[in-house]
Amino acid sequence: MTAPLIELHEVTRRYDEGPPALNEVSLSIAPGEAVAILGPSGSGKSTMLNLVAGLDRPSAGTVTVDGVRVDRLGEAASARYRRARIGLVFQFFNLLDDLTVADNVMLPAQLAGMGRGAAERRAAELLGRLGVDRHAAAYPGRLSGGERQRVAVARALMNKPALLLADEPTGALDTASGEDVMRLLTELHADGQTVVLVTHDLELAERCATRTVQLRDGRVATGTAMELLR
Amino acid sequence: MSALTRVVRSGVGRKRVQTVVIGLVVAIAVTSAVLGGSLMAASQGPFDRAFGQQRGAHLTAQFDAGAVTEAQLAASAGAAGVAASAGPFTSAQVELTDEIGHPVPPVTVVGRADAGGAVDRVVMVEGRWATGPGEIVLASGDRLRFGPEVVGRQWKVNGAPVTVVGIARSASDTAGAWATPAQLASWAGDGPRTYQMLYRFSAADSAEEVGTGKTAVEASVPAGALTGAVSWLDVRREAISDTILLVPFLIAFGLLGVVMAVLIIGNVIAGAVSTSTRRIGILKALGFTPAQVTRAYVAQALIPATVGAVLGVVAGNLLTVPILAQTNQLYGTSDNGVSLGVDALVFGGALAVVALTALAAAARAGRLRSVDALAVGRTPRPGRGRWATRLTSRLPLPRPVTLGLAHPFARPVRAVSIIAAIAFGAAAVTFAIGLGTSLNRVQEVEDIADVQVNALHERGPGEAGPGGPGPNGPGPGGPREPEPFNDPAAIEKVIAAQAGTAGYMGVARGEITAAGITGELESVAVTGPDSARYYRMVSGQWLTGPGQIIVSTPFLTAAGKQVGDSIALTSNGVRLTATIVGEVFNTDNDGLQVVTDMATLRAAEPELAPSMYYVSVRSGTDVEGYTQALKTALEPAGAAADSLSREPDEMVVVVNVLTGLLSLMLIVVAGLGVMNTVVLETRERVHDLGVHKALGMTPRQTTAMVIASVVVTGLIGGAAGTAFGVLLQRTVITEMAGSVGFRLPSSVLDAYGSGELLLLGLAGLVIAVAGALLPAGWAAKTRVAVALRTE
Repeated sequence: MTAPLIELHEVTRRYDEGPPALNEVSLSIAPGEAVAILGPSGSGKSTMLNLVAGLDRPSAGTVTVDGVRVDRLGEAASARYRRARIGLVFQFFNLLDDLTVADNVMLPAQLAGMGRGAAERRAAELLGRLGVDRHAAAYPGRLSGGERQRVAVARALMNKPALLLADEPTGALDTASGEDVMRLLTELHADGQTVVLVTHDLELAERCATRTVQLRDGRVATGTAMELLR
Repeated sequence: MSALTRVVRSGVGRKRVQTVVIGLVVAIAVTSAVLGGSLMAASQGPFDRAFGQQRGAHLTAQFDAGAVTEAQLAASAGAAGVAASAGPFTSAQVELTDEIGHPVPPVTVVGRADAGGAVDRVVMVEGRWATGPGEIVLASGDRLRFGPEVVGRQWKVNGAPVTVVGIARSASDTAGAWATPAQLASWAGDGPRTYQMLYRFSAADSAEEVGTGKTAVEASVPAGALTGAVSWLDVRREAISDTILLVPFLIAFGLLGVVMAVLIIGNVIAGAVSTSTRRIGILKALGFTPAQVTRAYVAQALIPATVGAVLGVVAGNLLTVPILAQTNQLYGTSDNGVSLGVDALVFGGALAVVALTALAAAARAGRLRSVDALAVGRTPRPGRGRWATRLTSRLPLPRPVTLGLAHPFARPVRAVSIIAAIAFGAAAVTFAIGLGTSLNRVQEVEDIADVQVNALHERGPGEAGPGGPGPNGPGPGGPREPEPFNDPAAIEKVIAAQAGTAGYMGVARGEITAAGITGELESVAVTGPDSARYYRMVSGQWLTGPGQIIVSTPFLTAAGKQVGDSIALTSNGVRLTATIVGEVFNTDNDGLQVVTDMATLRAAEPELAPSMYYVSVRSGTDVEGYTQALKTALEPAGAAADSLSREPDEMVVVVNVLTGLLSLMLIVVAGLGVMNTVVLETRERVHDLGVHKALGMTPRQTTAMVIASVVVTGLIGGAAGTAFGVLLQRTVITEMAGSVGFRLPSSVLDAYGSGELLLLGLAGLVIAVAGALLPAGWAAKTRVAVALRTE
């Protein structure tokens, strides 16, 4: 039996005095899976993604990704973990406006110590694969939303991560661009990339994910996705 | 509580770093300005201030006690033009010897019951006034300087024991010492004595006015009774030669402080407003008028600025007091340092600068349309500095460093202002070090000699002030000139043979007149292998043979001569012609001293021989041990050796303390300026920072990026500041010397070595990095999830 790529064991994340954002959640995701985390606003989706990405730490429980106890990592180890194992795609792209498309894509590799030449070659390959290579020298501000998200995906894949985490990747896109990104994620999964999507877009979940996990009030919930999203 | 007050309160509380930085920068800038301003106010004619505070005598007159009665002198107070008078006081010249029997140059002792009065209110420097028999108060001034340890010692006057009960200072320089009138009468006995009268005239601004007063006084007493009189203008001229040295120095520091304060405060306030643009948009969307927004932000800046300004005024005055205590001692003033005018001016000026800068920035924000203000992002507007980002990305450096290096170019105006702040900080360091080096080099000339050898008597306590009499002059107090050595060759042989001798110079002092200069000048005829070391050449060359002289700038100015010219001299009644072969930096005899070879003056005085030898010992030699050994060796030759103390000159100490203090303040202000800018930059880039960290930037890489963001500004600021500091040092030191008529030798002017300049250039980088360390740490600790959520 294949070891899970992601394993959350009774994870709780509590902010201040309020109810926990995540409450004793346990979840296992195998390599090569494409999982959509679904839930309404405030259900704990983004908190879960942050915990898996090592952007935040649980108040209780353990988070293990690719054999790494993410909940135990310090700031520096967490940064190294992200750049080695995680590709992050954000709703609002989070491209750096003062860097060219190519420089944006190269950044994770350069932070990991890759030389400029090698990084340029890898970036060119990814931009070509995602169809945005003509924009390599442009600044993100000149690109359409869909193109920007493609660049963001290229940047996420730069260090060949074991896991691609996408937080509402079509949330800021028009329909056509959203379609474009959905197709891209599907293709990536088809190529063997493990993908975890955080979304409240059922269509995106259905088209890109092989499994869905529903969250409500910080717990894994049962019921249809439609019921839960209501 | 009104909505506006709530906004102001929450703004002050929410941006704690900014609030603290505004408060601190204003506090330090105000401290520096109050200190500089108070000292400048105090330095504006310290003599005049001291003279005014002491109600100094415009005319110090001596009368023959046998030719006039006390009643007649008291009546002279009614002479035309006399506004106030003091006296008559009896005065007499006495022979003083210290506790170990060393004679002190003869001093004029005045019998005064107390230090106060209508004229010449003498200030006690140490101890108390003489109140009974057997007590004496010594005068401390330009001529004689005594340490506090002298108070309480048993000295002798004309062989009779006396206790030194105090040291006092008279701006009018009316006496060498004071005692009670009864005690003075006892000392004077049947010997010659005079009466001293001190007058203040209703008009005494010019020599003519003082002369008119003197004539009126003279006419009011029996003919021939007035035996001598000193005008306060002559005393003043003598006194201010030191005083005016401080003025250019304080002006330089004052200007540096003011410009830096304006720059930093402006930068802090403008930054504070610019980071709040979005908040301003929200406030306007909620119904705040532009005027309310402007008032809110000006108030937010003024609250910490006012607290800072109050603290600064208090700190500035507290710092001024001990420094002025030193200058008070130097100038005989009694300023407490608190100048309400300066305090008010600096306080009001600082708040006005804060208010104006905040007003300009807040008014701009207030005018923004709400929708535009809300749309203003935290990252710099795209397009600025991209060329720098592209350029630095090509550098063979780690990516976080190249990213940081490009940051300042995204905000060029802010970068320029912070470069200026760093430059002023670096300039302050450079200036301080250069000034200290220059002054110390001037002092070094005085300190070349370790030991003096003379035939007549050992150095008395009153002769050697700080630094000892030095080879270039007779020393404070003008000790009686030692007798020439009968057999100088024998003395030289002993000195040369003594283990540890590095070099020596023999000196014969005399009087000489020079064509074109009125009055007698001091001549110094030198001999020995070491003589050239005691003088620093400004131009020309050292003496190479007889018939040559070297002189200072004031001599050349007074005589209308240049190096290379010949000049007619008269020594011992014999006319000589000498060539001026060099211009030297020599402040003795007000720069009018003539230095020549022994052989030159022997033409007029064949028996001329050195009366003093100055000896320098080899490095590492125990001076006291050497002196004792030399003393023993010289005894058969009828000479004595004394080691020379090397206490720093009081003026140098004052300038060094001030320089260090003001530099430190300017550096701290520059560092705070950098810190504030980096905090602003970090805030503005917090979202980008989150992205970087999400992509795998480690805390160490984050720190490197933030620190790299100040490297360019630090280097440029450091280089510019060093250049400016060097220029300032040369200008100020030249001006300081020029104000007393001297030109400086290049060895004094060129205070910096190339290695030093390189290090000073890096001072800007150090200031910048030090200022960036704290915010870099904050940036490194910023949680990614929080940063990404921050808009």
